[in-house]
Amino acid sequence: MGKEPSGHAIDETRRRLICELAKLPAATVLLSLTGPVRARAEGDEETDEHHYAMGIQIDRCIGCGLCVEACKVENDVPDEPFYFRTWVERYTIYEDGEVVVDSPHGGRDGFRPRSEDEERRVLRSFFVPKLCNHCDNPPCVQVCPVGATFKTREGVVLVDSDYCIGCRYCIQACPYGARYLDPRTKTADKCTFCYHRLRRGLLPACVEVCPTQARVFGELEQQASPLHRLKRFEPLHVLKPELNTDPKVFYTDLDGVVR
Amino acid sequence: MVGTQHGATMARRRRIPGQLVRLGILFALLAGALLYVRGRFVPLTFGELGHYRAAAIGTLAAQSIRFAGMEACAECHDDVAAVKQRSYHRGLSCEGCHGAASAHVEDPLASTPAIPKERQRCLRCHRYLASRPTGFPQVLERVHHPVKACVECHDPHDPAPPIPPSECAACHGAIARTKAVSHHWSLDCEQCHAAPAEHRQNPRAFLPKKPTERAFCGQCHARGSDAPVGIPRVDLAEHGGRYLCWQCHYPHAPEGG
Repeated sequence: MGKEPSGHAIDETRRRLICELAKLPAATVLLSLTGPVRARAEGDEETDEHHYAMGIQIDRCIGCGLCVEACKVENDVPDEPFYFRTWVERYTIYEDGEVVVDSPHGGRDGFRPRSEDEERRVLRSFFVPKLCNHCDNPPCVQVCPVGATFKTREGVVLVDSDYCIGCRYCIQACPYGARYLDPRTKTADKCTFCYHRLRRGLLPACVEVCPTQARVFGELEQQASPLHRLKRFEPLHVLKPELNTDPKVFYTDLDGVVR
Repeated sequence: MVGTQHGATMARRRRIPGQLVRLGILFALLAGALLYVRGRFVPLTFGELGHYRAAAIGTLAAQSIRFAGMEACAECHDDVAAVKQRSYHRGLSCEGCHGAASAHVEDPLASTPAIPKERQRCLRCHRYLASRPTGFPQVLERVHHPVKACVECHDPHDPAPPIPPSECAACHGAIARTKAVSHHWSLDCEQCHAAPAEHRQNPRAFLPKKPTERAFCGQCHARGSDAPVGIPRVDLAEHGGRYLCWQCHYPHAPEGG
């Protein structure tokens, strides 16, 4: 008999105490939500509808370097031969098995015949255009200490140059060597898939100028996309698949020696 | 029983124990400090879409374009675009040769795109390089009319050669050079690859033929063939089993070359 009311009283006290305590974190959350002014930036209508990716057909690349030149012009990349958002490598495999990779000025001015080729027998040779792989699991984003590089919902990996502190971790982390430190702003920079052009419904500059359509740009999920068509007809490969970075730049006819 | 009743009345009188009130004040102060620091140092749109500044996307998307795209050129230069559309250069963007032209599209009179006429511009794509894909038209710059500008003979918007090449080596230089120093040097290309005449004008649409069976090589290399003495001969029935000749031997440079 006597137990029941006192039990109620304890329950009530406990309930009140819990309520009072619960108000503290709740207040903190409410304050933090209303505290700083939430302002959406102009034109950041990022969507889930696009899943951009690029295909590169190695057996079509003629090594003209128009893509490298166009990229430098479109994105105002410094002209020195250390700064590239995209570049073209020439692979030469000699009969004795030696593999020589060269990329004079990133291929910006095209290629000239190699002088060694006249004396040695070349087994096979080809060009490999390279750029940021826009990994689905990007190591550069993982290591950024301030959140200045990120993957948009469209799958494009971008760099916020206003927020980058120039620590170069991402440059170290990229297994494809796709990043560089812009000497003018001292911030990391890299290929954006010409994000500003995609937003205007244009193709990336390198794809626009490619004379042999070695570069194919499209969407992964849409059936009516040039990339989807390429996928249907050719087996696609990625660079360094063992790193589990899940790149979104796909290659056809990728030779085993390409790293 | 008595103790519980006493505790209940105490709790009813002082609803929150004093130490909790002090702790609460401390928490409130810390939370306030945290919010102040956060508001001060975390950018406005950070975390809105992910662990980054959402406003950065707008900044990046606002970058101005330099390459206007082929469609923009065709809006005014439809005559040139129509010619180019039917030529071998149909896949080549206007701005690939003429340079970035979005300024010209904005205001046609403000700037005029370049018209490159020097050999080096064409040779960038058409200079012979071993690394280029087979079948891509290439020339040896020292052999192919060395002092003439390309545009004297070829219209860049419709670059089909004015005179069809007379020799296979004009396009298939690498194969021709390999064959020239091999045991097959004296064989005509046409002896194995019967090519329709149209192949010289439109190479991809009219492909030359290739041998399809062992008996073709057997015309010279089978025992009992009436080819000159000294040509190596094998017993076609026994040699090579089920393989075709060119699965082991490279016909443009057979062994012993």
